[in-house]
Amino acid sequence: MRIAVTGIGMVTALGWGAEANWEAMLAGRSGVRPITRFDTTGMRTRFAACVDLPEDRPGYPVSVAERSRRLGEAVIAEALAQAGLDAPFPGPLCIGLPPVEIEWPQRFGLGAGDYPGLIEAASGRLDLQAEFLFGGTATRLAERFGTRGVPQTVTTACASGSSAIQMAIEAIRREETDCAIAAGAEASLQPETLIRFSLLQALSTRNDAPEQASRPFTLSRDGFVMADGAGALILEREDHALARGAAILGYVLGAGEAADNFHRTRSTPDGSAIIRAMNRAIADAGLEPSAIGYVNAHGTSTPENDKMEALASHAVFGEEPPPISSTKSMIGHTLSAAGAIEAAVCLLALRDQMLPPTINNDDPDPELHLDTVPVARKHRFSAALSNSFGFGGQNVSVVLGRAD
Amino acid sequence: MTWRSVHVLGLGVASSLGDGAEAHRGWQDLTPVMDEARFAPHPVHPLAPLPFDKTIPRRESRQMENWQRLGTHAAGLAIADAGLADRVAEMDLIVAAGGGERDAALDGQILASRPDEAGLHAALMNGLRPTLFLAQLSNLLAGSISIVHGVGGSSRTLMGEEIAGAETMRMAWARVAAGSSTLALAGGAFLAERPEIMLLHAMGGRLHRGPCVPMDEREGMVLGSAAAFLLLGTGPGMARLAHVATDQGPPEGSEARLDTLLAAAPPARPGAIEIWAGPFGTLRPGLRLADRFGHSVEAAFPLAVALGAMMVRDGAPEIRIAMRGAFRGEAVAVLEPSE
Repeated sequence: MRIAVTGIGMVTALGWGAEANWEAMLAGRSGVRPITRFDTTGMRTRFAACVDLPEDRPGYPVSVAERSRRLGEAVIAEALAQAGLDAPFPGPLCIGLPPVEIEWPQRFGLGAGDYPGLIEAASGRLDLQAEFLFGGTATRLAERFGTRGVPQTVTTACASGSSAIQMAIEAIRREETDCAIAAGAEASLQPETLIRFSLLQALSTRNDAPEQASRPFTLSRDGFVMADGAGALILEREDHALARGAAILGYVLGAGEAADNFHRTRSTPDGSAIIRAMNRAIADAGLEPSAIGYVNAHGTSTPENDKMEALASHAVFGEEPPPISSTKSMIGHTLSAAGAIEAAVCLLALRDQMLPPTINNDDPDPELHLDTVPVARKHRFSAALSNSFGFGGQNVSVVLGRAD
Repeated sequence: MTWRSVHVLGLGVASSLGDGAEAHRGWQDLTPVMDEARFAPHPVHPLAPLPFDKTIPRRESRQMENWQRLGTHAAGLAIADAGLADRVAEMDLIVAAGGGERDAALDGQILASRPDEAGLHAALMNGLRPTLFLAQLSNLLAGSISIVHGVGGSSRTLMGEEIAGAETMRMAWARVAAGSSTLALAGGAFLAERPEIMLLHAMGGRLHRGPCVPMDEREGMVLGSAAAFLLLGTGPGMARLAHVATDQGPPEGSEARLDTLLAAAPPARPGAIEIWAGPFGTLRPGLRLADRFGHSVEAAFPLAVALGAMMVRDGAPEIRIAMRGAFRGEAVAVLEPSE
């Protein structure tokens, strides 16, 4: 039993809608730019791949929770429309989302000078509860689209979107449902989170040329670029999709995961955990590594990730790995949404038999020995691997297949 | 598809009542431990002193705050209880998580001074400690469990308050039953004694005020610190996890959805005991978890399953667990003797 994809939705800093994003990616455009929705004076990193909303006001940006909901709603609606479906949706919502909390504008808005005062002032604020509970964003999306059961809300850091796809295909394989929405939505870019990531020295600081800051697999890569974005896939049993006459856009052929127990922010030095995740995904798809024609890399542009991913690629694929590109070079690192967006990118690449590029690849790291696709190009292939390696040791890979 | 029978192979619990399974034996008759002063007017069940210095290496403990320490400690107890420390590399980990600790002192300074935007950012840039970000990130409870105990099969962290706790049980149970996991380590941790946690749960408007009373007489919930992890496998073990089911929808249909879940569960055996794991009182018969522990949000449902497994091991013919979340979600589980 194969699992078909019948709808795709995408929002990134490159635009709203899967086709607009795909066109911009093939053209090699960057969505990275200076942050304008809050004051970045004095910050080590002052740019990101932002998806701003009309409601963003200076000093009072839309919260992480609400922006995630808005982006998630847009991509799920887009994917459902393409699939020819509408609310109520007859399956679960599986979604990768960022952890959320009440933010400074809302804390100040409660008007108290200490925590006991805040607790008293917040008592009974059901609007704040629905916005800032960990289950709030997914619940509002689930009720908007009438999905079934408990929304499966997962946070495996940068692997969340891929975990959501894996949870969806597990539910379909266990025959709990014929179809599922697999999605990821991300909007962690707010002042405190940006400062926290900066303190970990995880971000690029190339403030003089933001559009060149995300440069995976180059010698001069210096960290990742935070990004807003969302992606959604409608997944169905193939026979279910065919029976209702839906157009099949491609397949999710398999997924594999592996936990790294070495370090909070670094991979096991031999790459064994990420190798295991990639191998398990390929095996779960019933394929040999040689059947993978393209890899959409985790490719964060951090010195550590890109080195480890190259090592793992050679371990899995041998001397000549398939072409491997990082679309994060254009859309930044959408964290919780990355797995969902990048699976969607793989499906569009398979559909058009075109590889999206790794832009900014003007000083490739010679030690990596990878074909990183500096410019978009035609390519004949029938299966792609999407890698997502989470901060905290949670690694997931997904295998996508071309429609027949 | 063939379904395998799922058993509880080991468990780890820690709460206001103490450390480990033995401290929780006969939990329904133990005297609750309360702190009514620290977050007055809201009472709270504080975490018992736990030997983190013995169970978590110092180097790792320094990267955590007490929420991650509590969960990491309880997960270690479950692995040891099952006697399966030699199989950690293949365990699939599923954790229900809230947010980790904020720097309450820094928050307090900022709240008191009410800076403008630039002043706020300067205070954060100068005041935040890098390690605290790792302690706050939700998925790093699972990360810490993997690092400290070597759990290396896979790792997922679910969000969504108490229903996420129930989903860890359902997902682990379903994966073992379906054969996509051999050993699943699942559960959650909740540290109540934190101002930002009190703030979050106050938003619902139903935190109990004043001296603690039995939960069916409370006007709202009383929070309590607890952690529970279970190691599930194909057994045999101390109890068989016979059934787990969850649902969610608009609040007005919650009671009807819970009734439907209970009706779809295996019929009750004679002498079956029900445990209510919800935050608020109920008309249902049986024991009330929150009367002894307070409500431990993400940890509440796993804690009920762990205590139920102990009661089955000690002779109960069947334990049935039911819960409705404070915001959303309904869940049931049924435990039976393993043989």
